[in-house]
Amino acid sequence: MSFFPNLLSALPGAIAQGLIWGIMAIGVYITFKVLDVADLTVDGTMATGGAVCLMLMINGMNVWLALLLAFLAGLAAGLVTGLLHTRLGIPVILASILTQLALFSVNLHIMGEKANIAINPDKYNTLVSLRDVRSVSLSNPIFVAVIFTVVLIGVLYWFFGTELGSSIRATGSNLSMSRAQGINVNRNKVIAISLSNGIVALSSALFCQYQGFADVNAGRGAIVIGLASVIIGDVLFSKIFRNFALKMFSVSIGAIIYYIVIQIVLTLGLNSNDLKMFSAIIVAIFLGLPYLKEKYSGKRKLAAGKWASDHA
Amino acid sequence: MLKIEHLRKTFNAGTVNEKTAVENLDLMLEDGDFVTVIGSNGSGKSTLLNLIAGVYAPDEGRIVLDDVDLTPMPEHKRAKYLGRVFQDPMMGTAASMMIEENLALAYRRGLRRTLRFGIPAEERARYRELLASLDLGLEDRMTSKVGLLSGGQRQALTLLMATLRKPELLLLDEHTAALDPKTAAKVLQLTTEVVNRDHLTTLMVTHNMRDAIAYGNRLIMMNAGKIVVNISGEEKKHLTVRDLLDKFEVTNDSMILPEV
Repeated sequence: MSFFPNLLSALPGAIAQGLIWGIMAIGVYITFKVLDVADLTVDGTMATGGAVCLMLMINGMNVWLALLLAFLAGLAAGLVTGLLHTRLGIPVILASILTQLALFSVNLHIMGEKANIAINPDKYNTLVSLRDVRSVSLSNPIFVAVIFTVVLIGVLYWFFGTELGSSIRATGSNLSMSRAQGINVNRNKVIAISLSNGIVALSSALFCQYQGFADVNAGRGAIVIGLASVIIGDVLFSKIFRNFALKMFSVSIGAIIYYIVIQIVLTLGLNSNDLKMFSAIIVAIFLGLPYLKEKYSGKRKLAAGKWASDHA
Repeated sequence: MLKIEHLRKTFNAGTVNEKTAVENLDLMLEDGDFVTVIGSNGSGKSTLLNLIAGVYAPDEGRIVLDDVDLTPMPEHKRAKYLGRVFQDPMMGTAASMMIEENLALAYRRGLRRTLRFGIPAEERARYRELLASLDLGLEDRMTSKVGLLSGGQRQALTLLMATLRKPELLLLDEHTAALDPKTAAKVLQLTTEVVNRDHLTTLMVTHNMRDAIAYGNRLIMMNAGKIVVNISGEEKKHLTVRDLLDKFEVTNDSMILPEV
């Protein structure tokens, strides 16, 4: 019966991973919740950010500068999706699939035609690393990821409160109203999709430093994990967190919960090859729940009404 | 002054569903004109308003407002000059945003949206005053989400948003049609108050002949994409529903107007 000791020893890793992926999920929140579109570009950018960051670091660049350039690379990927959508009229979901596919080739080129590159945390000054996850120090990745999350949420909270940020929220809420109020909805969509992918690439850059390697397949299914985090956060906290900043925090917490649940089922003995299936099922359940709840309670109301009229 | 010349719009051109919604239409509005627009379903009233607002591009013709040619401008650029209220109360406001946020968005119509804070404190006081003038109790719910308001409240708010920054032209597209009679009357009363107060040039589409007669200084009737009746001045003042029906029969006896 080694379940609890095993789980406990794996818990810090799950929390650190959850926090870093939580940053990615906040990026997904911007497109999925604020802009109300499904952007699958992130499956590509979740590999691009790390590839850019690690390649630059290996070639001697300062880690902060490498992070910035990773962010800009993600921004550019989002820009492509945004322009495919607004200039060519391709639905966001399709435009993002096209970008994501193209990014696979781009990512391979970035990594010097290799599918996988490693970075040694002893030789390079990485911000976060797996080996520090149980250390009680400022270099613990949990601590670093919390700082990143808090700063990011602060900046986004400010941005979405500005005139421009408000007009982006309006674009996601009501296109007719936005146009009638003189808002350039196409420009706003491009800004939001770009910003979202920049944040995802930043998360990717941190995650690749954390695990010590970048992989061309790192982003496969990223959107599902992002959506899972957004939805778990929404289901658990939407009643208590009304403030925009707190909603983003709930996304981050959602990501942590997601990785803890994954850790639990792995510790229970789930074949790790079945993980993606497991993730897909979880997200399907949470996406379908609101619909089923409505349908079920609607039926009950109908039935109650029928009972009342039968017994009148 | 609004000047519309030779405006034409055909939907689904070259197919069996081809429909000419607006046909070689000319219209002049003087500053301060309050024009009511009537006509049966499919006569082109809403298409005319949507062409002015830039929802569709015309096939031919020009729309000039105060010497500015609107024709080549996209919808969001024309918004600088136009105030709009839609038939559907859901269309004019952002449901997931607060009342004050909606007002702040409308207050910046036609301006560049910068990285300054979205709702400065001094604006809040002004919004509170304006909301109080609606007499719907909204001044105490400024941080409520608009989605929680009734259809009538949302239309009143949309009207306020459309006129918050004085528009060169106010477009009302059957903006009371989706409301119950009492609420419709209230929104219509608010409409005349604001139009008279700010001397707004206004185009108001309505299905209600009595309203079309009672409000405004001009009345136009559309049929098959054309203006078939154009009444103003003294004649408009003494107009009755009977007169209008007679005119209808003269122009087209198959035309039906509901809600007479």
